[in-house]
Amino acid sequence: MSSEQKILSTDGIPLEESLKQAEKKNKIKAFLLVTPLLLFLIITYIIPIADMFSRSIDDKMVTNMLPKTYKAMEQWDGKELPQEEVFEAFYLDYKILVENKTAGRLQTQLNYEKNGFKSVLKKLARKQKKFEEGNYKEQIMKVHKRWRNVDYWRAIKRRAPAYTYSKYLKGVDMYSNEEGKIVQVAEDRRIHRILWSRTLEVAFFVTLFCFLMAYPIAHLLATLPMKYSNLLMICVLLPFWTSLLVRTASWMILLQQQGLVNDFFVWIGLVADDNRPEMMYNKTGTYVAMTQILLPFMVLPLYSVMKTISPSLMRAGKSLGATPGVAFFKIYFPLTIPGIGAGCLLVFILAIGYYITPALVGGASGTLISNQIAYHMKSTLDWSFASAMGLMLLTGVLVIYWIYNKLVGVDNIKLG
Amino acid sequence: MSKKEDFVKFDKVDKSYDGKVLVVKDLNLDIEEGEFVTMLGPSGSGKTTCLMMLAGFETPTNGEIYLDKNPISNIPPHKRGIGMVFQNYALFPHMTVFENLAFPLRVRKISKDDIDKKVEKALSMVSLSGFGNRMPGQLSGGQQQRVAVARALVFDPSVVLMDEPLGALDKNLRESMQYEIKHIHESIGVTVVYVTHDQGEALTMSNRIAVFNDGKVQQLSSPDKLYEEPVNSFVAEFIGENNTFAGEISDISNGSCKVKLDKGEIIANPISVKSVGEKTTVSIRPERALINPKDKMDNNQKGIIEEVIYHGDHTRVRLNLLGNSEFILKVPNSSQNLDIKLGNEINIGWNGHDARALDPK
Repeated sequence: MSSEQKILSTDGIPLEESLKQAEKKNKIKAFLLVTPLLLFLIITYIIPIADMFSRSIDDKMVTNMLPKTYKAMEQWDGKELPQEEVFEAFYLDYKILVENKTAGRLQTQLNYEKNGFKSVLKKLARKQKKFEEGNYKEQIMKVHKRWRNVDYWRAIKRRAPAYTYSKYLKGVDMYSNEEGKIVQVAEDRRIHRILWSRTLEVAFFVTLFCFLMAYPIAHLLATLPMKYSNLLMICVLLPFWTSLLVRTASWMILLQQQGLVNDFFVWIGLVADDNRPEMMYNKTGTYVAMTQILLPFMVLPLYSVMKTISPSLMRAGKSLGATPGVAFFKIYFPLTIPGIGAGCLLVFILAIGYYITPALVGGASGTLISNQIAYHMKSTLDWSFASAMGLMLLTGVLVIYWIYNKLVGVDNIKLG
Repeated sequence: MSKKEDFVKFDKVDKSYDGKVLVVKDLNLDIEEGEFVTMLGPSGSGKTTCLMMLAGFETPTNGEIYLDKNPISNIPPHKRGIGMVFQNYALFPHMTVFENLAFPLRVRKISKDDIDKKVEKALSMVSLSGFGNRMPGQLSGGQQQRVAVARALVFDPSVVLMDEPLGALDKNLRESMQYEIKHIHESIGVTVVYVTHDQGEALTMSNRIAVFNDGKVQQLSSPDKLYEEPVNSFVAEFIGENNTFAGEISDISNGSCKVKLDKGEIIANPISVKSVGEKTTVSIRPERALINPKDKMDNNQKGIIEEVIYHGDHTRVRLNLLGNSEFILKVPNSSQNLDIKLGNEINIGWNGHDARALDPK
């Protein structure tokens, strides 16, 4: 029979079609069943990410506030002070903003671009009420001498495009300078790069510590008799049932300088009473608290994989002449790799975006990039910068996921 | 090569897991070099525990196990050089068939050429040449089983232990594997200790069978002896089919005795009874009782047919005989002209020698 020949059902309809018809109802039912979840995902996940992205590159606010100015600036080459028409356009735009009481936003935005711009603009807002018609260039320059500085006009011009990637540059301590070249910020102001590398470092070590501690626990859980393993499982899960804040707060009680751990060290004579080590408000505190909090995420995938490994495999290895060590590394360990991969990926991704714990116990040297994002969300209200850093974090996680997929294969992940 | 008589020796071995119950009691067992010995018994009888003690995964609570005259209780499993085939095969799922077989050779630091040769030989022994690159998951149950057997033999161990290796296979495959393992044993002459609860398997394969019950060896003898001459009623009951009568000795002399039953009296062969008045269980194999015997027999009784079950090559007939309504007869299909119908009364005869008077149940 040739492969091209169509197979017909008993009624003479091509088999493929009749199969489609027969399955149609079920497919619609299945789709309807997942629709709520799909909508939920779109509303709570895809739309916010899209919104974040548009916020992070959106620069329309300034563009819309100074429409005439930018139109007039199109001709300006940016080398010397702009012509009278630019000054006039700016005066007209700014007047409307001041009248509508929305000038504050422009002041804030331009101040990001050039420090000290805010005070200059505020002064102009006060003085321009008395401006006479005509020769605005002279009148504006009289208000403040900085208006004679071409840098301030360049700062305005830089905000002309409706879209910008400057927030992303700022996230890695770079900016495009007056000539439009991308350069690094001054050495003493490079804080984001330190935060990025510290975030990666903390996430890496927390993952490592979690792995080293979780592996024996998971092995014990998988091999102990039922009644003991249930108890141990409850001990592992107990932190899960406690509020994250409570757990972090209890670490603060334990780790502070007059805390229980320090008291114990003094009591056993490990450290002198007047020389208690700082275990909190630095990286140590972040490591200790985050490792404890993320431990269950490593234990559970490891446990679910180890549970499926038959104990007779190790016995077989030993009966074939392998020492317990060789049997472990050649037989048991390779079989747990799917669990290790899943656990490490889970802990690493959770750790890289961790916020509350570093904020509470991290101090200055233990804060991470997410604390910086929160700072810009809540304190500086630079939401576009916060969105840009959030997206950079998300991209970083996706890259790690991609690398992991290349190395181990996502199909090998077992979350239990 | 002279065969060593007590190559594997269990000497007064006791085993308890919880300090309260003895799982194995005072076990004494000698296994000859090159022998195929099966430990047969119901589950919980201690047979697997014995195997695990021999392999080194359990330690005897008391007594000592000798391998080639050397005590081995303090030797860890990986230094004993005993091959083992596990119930669920225990093939390493992340290694190919070749790597599985090479594993015991690699840990022994054997050269690569020798490994290739030995693995190839072992694979051809179980007729799996060319399967080296497959993963265990790609093999059928029977093939996995053969790989497990090959892996237990590839490093030339002096003893191979098999823990119910055929338990997970279907009936036909199990039977062909029984012959295959038997032939491998015959061709390479390795000592095999085999554990099973399947008596058919034990009878087919073994040189000798140790019947376990309640932590003790009830009888250790060749398959035919075990079947024909069970020494107690447990063995008689456990191996093959068996008709029993409970009664009391009324007369005993010259290797023959009379047993008084609730209804009537039969002549039997005294095995574990010595004096008049002792309680006993008389055991008769179904095939030793004949219908309408032509020759004169020691016992002749009439029974009523209560059930007839067709089995293809034979017919099972359940009779009510001397008050025992569970008396089974196997009638070959070739026997014709017999009036086997429900409710008919037939004559049954058997010799006193075949009716073994054993310990009471």
